[in-house]
Amino acid sequence: MSTSATTASDTTASGTTASGTTATTEEHHGAVPDEPGAHAHPSDGVYIIVALVLGGLTAVEVGLYYLKGGTANTVGLLILMAIKFVIVAGFFMHLRFDSKLFRRLFAMGLGMATFVYIAMLFIMGIFKV
Amino acid sequence: MTEVAVPPTGSPAATGSPAATGSPAVTGGHAPTSAGGHGAGHNGAHGLSHATSTGVSNEKMAMWAFLGSECLLFGALISTYILYRHRAVSGPTPRKLYDIPFTSVSSFVLLMSSLSMVLALAAIQRGDLRRLRVWLVTTAMLGATFISGQIYEFTTFVHEGMSIKTNVTSGAFFVLTGFHGVHVTLGIIMLLSLTGMSLRGKIPQEKSEVIEIAGLYWHFVDIVWVIIFTVVYLIP
Repeated sequence: MSTSATTASDTTASGTTASGTTATTEEHHGAVPDEPGAHAHPSDGVYIIVALVLGGLTAVEVGLYYLKGGTANTVGLLILMAIKFVIVAGFFMHLRFDSKLFRRLFAMGLGMATFVYIAMLFIMGIFKV
Repeated sequence: MTEVAVPPTGSPAATGSPAATGSPAVTGGHAPTSAGGHGAGHNGAHGLSHATSTGVSNEKMAMWAFLGSECLLFGALISTYILYRHRAVSGPTPRKLYDIPFTSVSSFVLLMSSLSMVLALAAIQRGDLRRLRVWLVTTAMLGATFISGQIYEFTTFVHEGMSIKTNVTSGAFFVLTGFHGVHVTLGIIMLLSLTGMSLRGKIPQEKSEVIEIAGLYWHFVDIVWVIIFTVVYLIP
């Protein structure tokens, strides 16, 4: 069984429907309920382009490593790392297309980890201010 | 799984004839909120269907919560490495032994395994079970290649006189990369198990969410390596 989304006319006074959207059941390939704020996933071609971009960014990272440019290189490497992280999470993990709830859930763990460990490294004297 | 249909009050569906009238039915106490083209392609592209209080799949949400907690685990290991990276008092340190071209190729292999994983998901969402298995096995093989590279790297380091006990830097390095390697290995086992299940017909198109959840784990392992590769190997 599957569920396909259709747009309903109005929300009823009893509140048994959500505004504007309802779902009908029919034989299909068994889909999850629509996720709030979700979009259709990209095509295989987009995934391949994304992978090529990631490969290219990795090549740039390795190039930066050999340039030995000091602090500027370090900053560049961190920026490239962040871009690759966002691309993989956004496209391959579908955070760009799935519910914002997943994005928030992951961002919470990631944000907490970043805050806690940067604070810890500050306390341990890794970063000089 | 089929959603429990709760028809809107006063609609024909409420009178027990949704099919006959074509009246829309609302799912399980909450309605899907995607509209305006968001849901159409998305809906058919997904797996298990059941009502939840959040409107999203509980299984996927659990995986995202797990991945959020994994951020804390790897955050601890990465920051420990950063803390100890220049504190070795004896023996060789990882930085002196790194083979950057070799590790770069390993990183590229793991990145490409993310591509094959997402292609496996796209295949099952199209109902192409043969391609699903091909891509799952490809992903597992790429993961195995990465692990083989890691084993080779570890072996080389030990032969060069840097074991986990040599100094604090090497200890932090082996624990961090070793933990990541264990995660990749578990992912490979999971992928091969899914391939076996698919061969036995236990993962039909309706259960594509199983592949999606396994894919989330695999991609997470990939993005953790993106950080490790930069922070541990590339940044001086």
